[in-house]
Order: sequence, then C-alpha cells, then structure tokens
Amino acid sequence: MSIDWTTYRASGFHDELIGPGGGARAAGRALIRHLSELGCAEIGVRQQAAELAIKVMGVTFTVYHEQGGSIDRAWPLDIIPRIISAKEWKRIAAGLKQRVAALNNFIDDVYHAQRIVKDGVFPLEIIASSRNFRPNCVGINPPQGIWAHICGTDLVRDKDGTVYVLEDNLRVPSGVSYMIENRQVVKRVLPELFEHSSILAVDDYPAALHEMLASLAPHRQGLPEIVVLTPGIYNSAYFEHSYLARQMGCELVEGRDLAVHEDDCVYMQTIHGWRRVDVIYRRIDDDFLDPESFRADSTLGIPGLMRAWAKGNVALANAPGAGVADDKLVYTYVPEMIRYYLDEDPILPNVPSWRCSQPQDLEHVLQNLQELVVKPVDGSGGYGMLMGPQSSQRERNQFASQLKAAPRNFIAQPVIMLSTVPTFVNERIEPRHVDLRPFILSGPSTYVTTGGLTRVALPEGSLVVNSSQGGGSKDTWIVATEN
Amino acid sequence: MLSRVAENLYWFARYLERAENSARLISVNANLLLDLPPEYRPGWLPLIDITGSRHLFDASERRAEERDVVHFLISELDNPGSILASLRFARENARTLRDVLPNEVWEHLNELFMEIREELPASLNKRTRFKLLQKIIRGMQTLTGELEGTMSRNDAYTLMMLGRNLERADMTSRIVDVRSAQLVPAESAELTNFDTIQWVNLLKSLSGYQMYRLRERTRVSRAVALEFVLRDEHFPRACFFCLKEVGTFLRALPRSAAVMGSLAAACTFLSGADLEALDQPGLHEFIDLLQLHINEVHQGVARSFFPPRVAAEAQAQTQSASVEVRASRAAHLEDAPAR
Repeated sequence: MSIDWTTYRASGFHDELIGPGGGARAAGRALIRHLSELGCAEIGVRQQAAELAIKVMGVTFTVYHEQGGSIDRAWPLDIIPRIISAKEWKRIAAGLKQRVAALNNFIDDVYHAQRIVKDGVFPLEIIASSRNFRPNCVGINPPQGIWAHICGTDLVRDKDGTVYVLEDNLRVPSGVSYMIENRQVVKRVLPELFEHSSILAVDDYPAALHEMLASLAPHRQGLPEIVVLTPGIYNSAYFEHSYLARQMGCELVEGRDLAVHEDDCVYMQTIHGWRRVDVIYRRIDDDFLDPESFRADSTLGIPGLMRAWAKGNVALANAPGAGVADDKLVYTYVPEMIRYYLDEDPILPNVPSWRCSQPQDLEHVLQNLQELVVKPVDGSGGYGMLMGPQSSQRERNQFASQLKAAPRNFIAQPVIMLSTVPTFVNERIEPRHVDLRPFILSGPSTYVTTGGLTRVALPEGSLVVNSSQGGGSKDTWIVATEN
Repeated sequence: MLSRVAENLYWFARYLERAENSARLISVNANLLLDLPPEYRPGWLPLIDITGSRHLFDASERRAEERDVVHFLISELDNPGSILASLRFARENARTLRDVLPNEVWEHLNELFMEIREELPASLNKRTRFKLLQKIIRGMQTLTGELEGTMSRNDAYTLMMLGRNLERADMTSRIVDVRSAQLVPAESAELTNFDTIQWVNLLKSLSGYQMYRLRERTRVSRAVALEFVLRDEHFPRACFFCLKEVGTFLRALPRSAAVMGSLAAACTFLSGADLEALDQPGLHEFIDLLQLHINEVHQGVARSFFPPRVAAEAQAQTQSASVEVRASRAAHLEDAPAR
C-alpha cells in the first residue's frame, strides 16, 4: 500500500522533506519515492527492527527519576531520516566554524586583556556577573590558545526556511555518539537507500576527536596518554563517555582513578602502578573538576588538577572556564564578536533576542510575555523556560516578577516555528518538529560533523525536542544532489 | 589497565560464573529430590544455607517450600545471590567495561539478560524450570566461548580468568556440599543404591560424568567422585584444576607474590586432605575450610590489584537517583556471599 503524500499536512511550517506543493524536495526525492514504495506497514516492520537493534546494541540514555530496576532507557530513534542538501550544509558548516572561532577568541580575550570590553563592544558587567566566569583561569594559556575544543551548537529552521543558531553548548555537550549509532541502525534497516544515494558518512568523528585531543598533549616522548573522564555510570551521558573512549581506544577513567602527584603531573592508578596522563577529555562540569579550586565537596574530581593544568602538565578539553561563553546573554553578542574578532559578517544568524539586562528590552519583554519564549541564561535541557503562547496568566505573573528581580538571568526570543520532518507515529506518517545539533572540533584545524544529531518532538504539535522530555531522534543525511 | 577496571572485570567474570553455577546447583537439587525415597527428602532449604543467603531468606517472608525457595534463588532481585541478580550485576559491570570487552559479548549478554528476565515469570514451575536453567547454563557457556574466541590474551583477560576460576572453585565446592547435606542417615545399607545414583547426578550437574567415565572406568562411588570433582588436575570444573589456573594467570601479572602465598596454602590444604576418611559432617567442615582458603586468595587479589575502597559515589548522579539501583551497586561491590 503506497503512501498518499497529499494528506501529509505540514502547513504553517517549513518541512525538511516535502515542499509547499506536496512534492519531495530535491535532496529527499529518492527517500520519499522509496518510502512510498514500502508503504506504512513495511515501514512499521523496519521501525520495529530498528528498535530491536537499539535494544540489542545497548544504545541507551539514563533517566534519573525513573523507579524500578532499570536505570536506562533504549534510545528513541525514528527511522525516517532528516535530509539536508550538501550545498546548504557547506554554508552551514562554514557558519559554524566562523562562530566557534569567534567564541574561542572571546574566551581567550576574557581571561587575558579583555580588549572587547575596552573597545566598548561587550559590557564588563556581563563577565563580572557570569556564573561560569572562573577567576582562577585568568592569565592561563591553554595549548593553541583554544578553550572550547568541542562545541555542540543547536540549530533550528523557522517557517520561512531560515536556519538560526539557538544556542552554543561549550561545557560538556553530548549527543554525538547517538548521531553515529543512529546511522549504524538506519544502515541496517534501510540498506537499499544507501546503495543508490550518495549519503555522506558520519563515523569519522571519533578519529577526528582523537587527533584533536592528541594535538593538545604536552610535548613528551612516545604516544600521548589520552583519557576520557566520566562522572560514572549514573550520569545521563555515560553511554556516550564509554562509547567515545572505546572508539578512540582510550581509557575511560573516573576521578578516583586519577591523582596529581608532587611533580604536579596527573597519573592514573593501574595494575602496574601509576601512569602519567597527558590529555583529559573531561565530561565533568567545572564545578566538580577539582575540589581544591572549585566545589570542595566534589568527590568526582581530582584534587590539584587545576594546578597541573595551569602549569601545562596536562591538557583539559574543554578548558576550565570555557563555560563563560555558554551563557544565553553572552550568546546574544556572538554576531558582534564575529565582526569584532574576525572582521567578517556572520554567516548564520542568531534567533532575534531581547536582553532583559537592558531596561528598554526588559520593558518590551514584560509587555509581550504572551508572544515570547523566556529562557534562563544558564539553563539547559529545556528546563525553567516560559513558553508565552501556552502559558497561563499566573505563570506569566510569576515570570514577570522573576524578570524584574533578576533581569541579568533571562533573555527572551520570539517563538520559532521549528521545521518538520515526516515521522512514523501511530502507524502512519505525520509531520513532527525537529532541531539539529552539529558538533565542532577546534584544534590545529576545525572539524564539523557531517550533519549532526537531529532531535524530534514526538507528541503532535510539540516543540520540545529534549530526550529527557519525550523527544526522539533521527538520522541526519547530508545528500549530494546533482545541480 | 586501570585498577578500577581490573576490579570490574574480575567481578564481571565472577557473576557470569555464579549465574551458571547457581543454575547447576538448582538442577542438581531438583534431580536429587526426585531420586530419593519421599521420607528422606530434605527439601529445598539446604540450598539457602549453601548459598549463604539464610538471613535474607528469613527476612523475606517467603516459606520454606519449593516454589518460594526456587523463586528466591532464581528470580528474586532482592537476593544478591539469585541468578537474575547475578546476571544483572554482570551486565552492570559489563556496561562499565564496554571499552575493554568485545562488542559481541556485550550485545549477547544484554540480549540474554532481557530474554531471561522476560521469560522468568512463566518459567518457574517444575515442568518449565529445567528448560530455563538449561538455557542459562548454555547462554553462559556461549559467552565464555565468545570471550575465549574473540578476546586478546591481555591483562583484562587475565583478570577475568582469575574471577572465573575462583568463583568456579568456590561454587563446585558448594555443589558438593549440597550432596553432603542432602544425605540423611549416612550411608545406611538401604540407601546405598540411591547413593550411587546421586553421585552420578552430581557429576552430571557439573557436566563431568562423561569425563569421569573416560578417566575412571569404574562404578561411580563417593570416594572416587569426590576425588574427581575436588582434586582432578584435568577436569575444568574441579576445584584443584581451577586453583591451578588461578596460579597460571597470576604469574602473568605484576605484584602477585603475596597472592601466590595464599594460593599455595589453598592447594596444599586441598591436596593434603584424606577425602576417603571424611564422613558427612567431616566433609562439610572440610568444604567450609576450603572456601575460607579460596576467600583468602580473593582477598589477596583484591589487595594487589583493586583500588582501595572509596565510599562516595553519590555525586555521579547530578540529580536524584533511584535508591534501588544504588543499593544494587553497593551489593555488587560486596564480596561473594559468605557463609
């Protein structure tokens, strides 16, 4: 039974696969033809096969508050891929590289001369009031002057087709392992499509990550010892920590495996004794990294680690303090940073944002709460937001008083009508909203993943894509089209 | 190899072996009961003592009847020594070892665990139980084969072999202990025939009957069977063989001298005993002491290769975690159920 695309309604939104007239977009033509031939029943069979494969491969994410024996859930994947043409991707990738270059310039500047403040482009108060600014990073020179080696930038496409940057995750962004595993699964269940299309591969990421990390090693003889530092098995991204360690052939360590010795070098405890560590890909927040420098009650970190890092005896990726740029108020200045540091025009626009720290912006936000999305500047995972159009008067009143009390802590944006992708739900194909998280590696050269992780909001009409709140995922195809 | 990873590998192998041997233990008991005349059937409670879980069982409000005991030993997750709990601990350890274990081993264990957990509720009655236990034994044997066939003989493999062989030596001794506990009026003439049948059963539960036959070619008797399962140097489930393996693998590791001492003491104790002279209570006591020796070797391995105990793990969960999961993690860090 073939699929009737004329009943597929994505009106009011930009659909990534189906054009406004109901026909397939160029890059998705082969896929749409194939799905039509398969029919819903067969797509259902393939979807089930994918879910089984995910279960057997043990691709999981951890949910904390869940009761009962199992601490992890199978990773939710919808097998219908999201497609972007190679031509468009080239432009997006260039925009991402530009952005991350400016951000790294900014962080290095913040911890040194603060030229951008002196030149009047960026207000000092924002740095002074930033929760993620680390005074003990001032004056430190990490290798190559790079602070944010790994960045996950969230992109969304509005109804007019424009791709916007929603936020930059510069602390410990996760999701890249799912991007790679999604491809493995989709290759298993839709192999025919890969035979006839040129879908660009995604699995060179671990090799690129390893190469970047190796380039950070303090100069010693022999191969550098690189480790992945995890908070442990109960962390929501533990699967990914373990996955990346495995793919790179590195040890996966916890804080208790490491120690800083009297020579201010980092060592790990092995059955053969202590062994020197050169590079730590840390997946622990700054706060927990070193009880001597940050939270004294942290048992996840390594006492003395900051000392070893400041002396250049070990490299940390991302560098401590890089989170200063992972602040939504700082985000609103990225276009200015690009112009200031790189003397270029931004390739990718920000979502238009109001800075509640500025009185006239705050006034506008308070007047228009019903139309806006209000976000805490250091939030993540979609928590603590006000979705204006869906909010009650009571919630808006609550937010209004929060905004007046601590305007520095919020920004506001118009509601973005996230683009949709055909998704298999309720035994049929319906449009569902998506975003995209590509990953950018900064080292001697800059690497951008081929596509990224597409997250999809599964409930009808929902714009919340976070996996902790019922979001699913899709494989992302960058497809080379003729012409 | 990280000391912490070494510990997880060791326990991973122990839990796999424990799941398999618990299945063997329950099978042998079921068979023994069917062979004994009704008035001499001691029931299922001895298994609770032999697995060292009496206090847990008494606290669980389960009754001393077959259904409850079997449920407790196979599927009770609150009993850290149950088969399902062992499999879960093996899986939790394997999850932290995905960077060192061959991928197919993880995939297979994961699949097996989920299958068994699903099938369990319908598989606990007398008729379907055997098939389930058989499946567990076979599944564990397959995993063992996969490790054997796909894993480099590196430190990780060595640590697993230490865990496997110590657990196997310990469990074989416990299986023999079932036999000695089951026999009611020791060696009365009327039970002599049953006696032979029961030792055959014991050998079969260790998959050792054929190998015993090849080696002994005589009628199965208590003395010869005991000699075989405890002291044979060639049968891979015999206690002595396992201890010998532990020695071979220890030699490949650094800083093993102290453990070697405990191991030598265990071997001397085992080979020095006059098995034939032991009556049933004597055998029971001998096995107790043997298990203490095995535990000594375990303690030595822990001191030489594992990280010193650190308590706090709580911050690994940046948000609130399920208490139950943490409890089970704590249980996995405990030593083998002691007697």
